[in-house]
Amino acid sequence: MLQLKCPWCGPRDETEYHYGGQAHVPYPEDPSALTDQEWAQYLFFRDNPKGPFAERWSHTIGCRRWFNVIRDTRTYEVLAVYTATDPRPDVASGGQA
Amino acid sequence: MADLTLLRRSPLETPFVSMAGLRVDPDSDGARSIEGVLGAALPRQCGVVTRNGAHSVLWLGPDEWLFVSEAETRSLVADLRAATVDAHAAVVDLSANRAVFELAGVNARKVLEKGCPVDLHPRVLADDTAVSTTLARVPVLLWKVDETLFRILPRSSFAPYVESWLRDAMEEFAPWDQSGS
Repeated sequence: MLQLKCPWCGPRDETEYHYGGQAHVPYPEDPSALTDQEWAQYLFFRDNPKGPFAERWSHTIGCRRWFNVIRDTRTYEVLAVYTATDPRPDVASGGQA
Repeated sequence: MADLTLLRRSPLETPFVSMAGLRVDPDSDGARSIEGVLGAALPRQCGVVTRNGAHSVLWLGPDEWLFVSEAETRSLVADLRAATVDAHAAVVDLSANRAVFELAGVNARKVLEKGCPVDLHPRVLADDTAVSTTLARVPVLLWKVDETLFRILPRSSFAPYVESWLRDAMEEFAPWDQSGS
């Protein structure tokens, strides 16, 4: 069982959260200017790194807030937890998510 | 050994407990206006319960609170609405939203620990703390009044399930009491 530390509620079990996929995927500046291929890339294609990965989580059972987690996909180690308004922290083990 | 654990529909539930939801920016004039009416600060931290007179305020999120009150629902909601009339805020009557159970007795924590992922030990969960979590896999608001009294607030539609789960969970602590009262 993964335990995540919600920025507002503290450590809670994974069952209280909902997973939201990759973080920091910006909405296109001008969606109508995109080709079908670029739009499909934005909608459906996500990174799948082996190592640190920034992802979104929502504390659905608790405060219902969204926040970001950097998790190592090899070890499930949680490297950082930060809110959506915080800048993405540099995690020690580095690597591009 | 007086360790009889009793479950009862809260006496607060009949008549229904007055509950109101509040959403407002905690740094806004609306929040300060509410605090003026309440006579106490809105809790700013997970778990904290503040109270003044008939009203208790439970923290649900950084900008969301639940008022649980012995006052009449209409006057509670009217007072809160009057305080936020010019503010960007929402006050909603949630009295029928949740059922209120009280679990009392020295074994109350042992009963809840069978189905609650939060650490209920007093070194972690202080008296007069309310947290949103799950009990028997359904979402509840768990309000620890003290070590021998917990209030459990599931959504009303989950109330029969939570009640039967609690009766089953506490059976071992009161095997002589089969009356189901």
